[in-house]
Amino acid sequence: MEYKDYYSILGLERGADQAEIKRAYRKLARKYHPDVSKEEQAEDRFKEVSEAYEVLKDPEKRAAYDQVGAGYHSGEEFRPPPGWDAGFEFHGGGYTEADPEAFSDFFESLFGRAGGFGGGFGGAQRRQFHAEGENTYAKIAIDLEDSYRGGTRQITLKHSVLGPDGRPQIKERKLNVKIPKGITEGQQIRLTGQGEPGVGEGKPGDLYLEITFNPHRLYHAEGKTVYLDLPLTPWEAALGAKVQAPTPDGPVHLTIPANSKDGSKLRLKGRGIPAKEPGDLYVVLNVVAPPANTEAEKDAYRQFSQAFEFDPRTGMGG
Amino acid sequence: MAIRHHDEITGAILDEESELSLSELCRACGMPAERIIALVEEGVIEPRGHRTRWRFSGICVRRVRKVYTLERDLGVNLAGAALALDLLEEIERLQARLARLESRED
Repeated sequence: MEYKDYYSILGLERGADQAEIKRAYRKLARKYHPDVSKEEQAEDRFKEVSEAYEVLKDPEKRAAYDQVGAGYHSGEEFRPPPGWDAGFEFHGGGYTEADPEAFSDFFESLFGRAGGFGGGFGGAQRRQFHAEGENTYAKIAIDLEDSYRGGTRQITLKHSVLGPDGRPQIKERKLNVKIPKGITEGQQIRLTGQGEPGVGEGKPGDLYLEITFNPHRLYHAEGKTVYLDLPLTPWEAALGAKVQAPTPDGPVHLTIPANSKDGSKLRLKGRGIPAKEPGDLYVVLNVVAPPANTEAEKDAYRQFSQAFEFDPRTGMGG
Repeated sequence: MAIRHHDEITGAILDEESELSLSELCRACGMPAERIIALVEEGVIEPRGHRTRWRFSGICVRRVRKVYTLERDLGVNLAGAALALDLLEEIERLQARLARLESRED
């Protein structure tokens, strides 16, 4: 088991006072909170930071940690000395509402598991012999195409189960989840009975999966509306054209009206995300002017300038 | 309910159109009714119908959970968490728009 340096996780010196610990924690929690941060490793960092704070904010746990951990460095192999916690008394109520599932083996080896005595909602129910399992909440990233066609995604969940020694332990579990057609970002899928196991004869909780979309090369979804950028040549935009455009449903033939402007949108009704009431697909026209390299191309541009009385800078003054 | 490891499982979508009663929402969020009522009073979630027969949209589950974790983890109060939630959703919308506009520049 790796020794965890809770002080360095919070960016603190060992002698930091309680106010500094709280300040450091709050700052990092705001930075890495999974609901706030868009950073890749945010969730892991947030768990680390919460665990560090769980120990350091409580003078009892902090003193115990300081004593047992003196001389260790982060990442070193750690073995708690037998009977190390004699003389310390941990009060069950010392645990906060922080998610105890998230804490590391290192934490558990020192302080046991917070679960079962945690504060927060449902705490009272958990003390009964039969109790329903808690709901769990997770995020899942899918492709936009999954929402158009429906599909199956495998997800890995961490669950606590009772080990052979009667102590709870964390087990990984893989689930193949069916992605319902028409789902949009931010919606959730409820999987009945896939949350935490119940206690005694209690039913297991439910699992709630929040949907996010992976970034797509071509499409952007906002709710059930989908956008596609379609590059056009200036002559296609000016003269009108029939072009082929990709959509998540497969290619379509589009009629570009004459004198279409850059940035204007063509609406394909019902071609957005196929929700109960399907969204629309907007094709955003993107007029791209080619560079003039050869003499013939340059001549073509010269003819443009002859033919047009066009100054895109009228009205700019100066 | 025992489910073998590699079975495909199907869930129910919680979207704008799904309707939950107060007790269903409490169960879904793992929270007592008083908490949910406080969130309604703060304007975090807006049920349809009369108070005795509130109907909540499926989207509420996510909002309630987010406000709860923001309060719990960041030490903000309900009003602060509600503000953070609104701002986060606004940022999400803007980021989606920005991603859409930036892709035009490639």
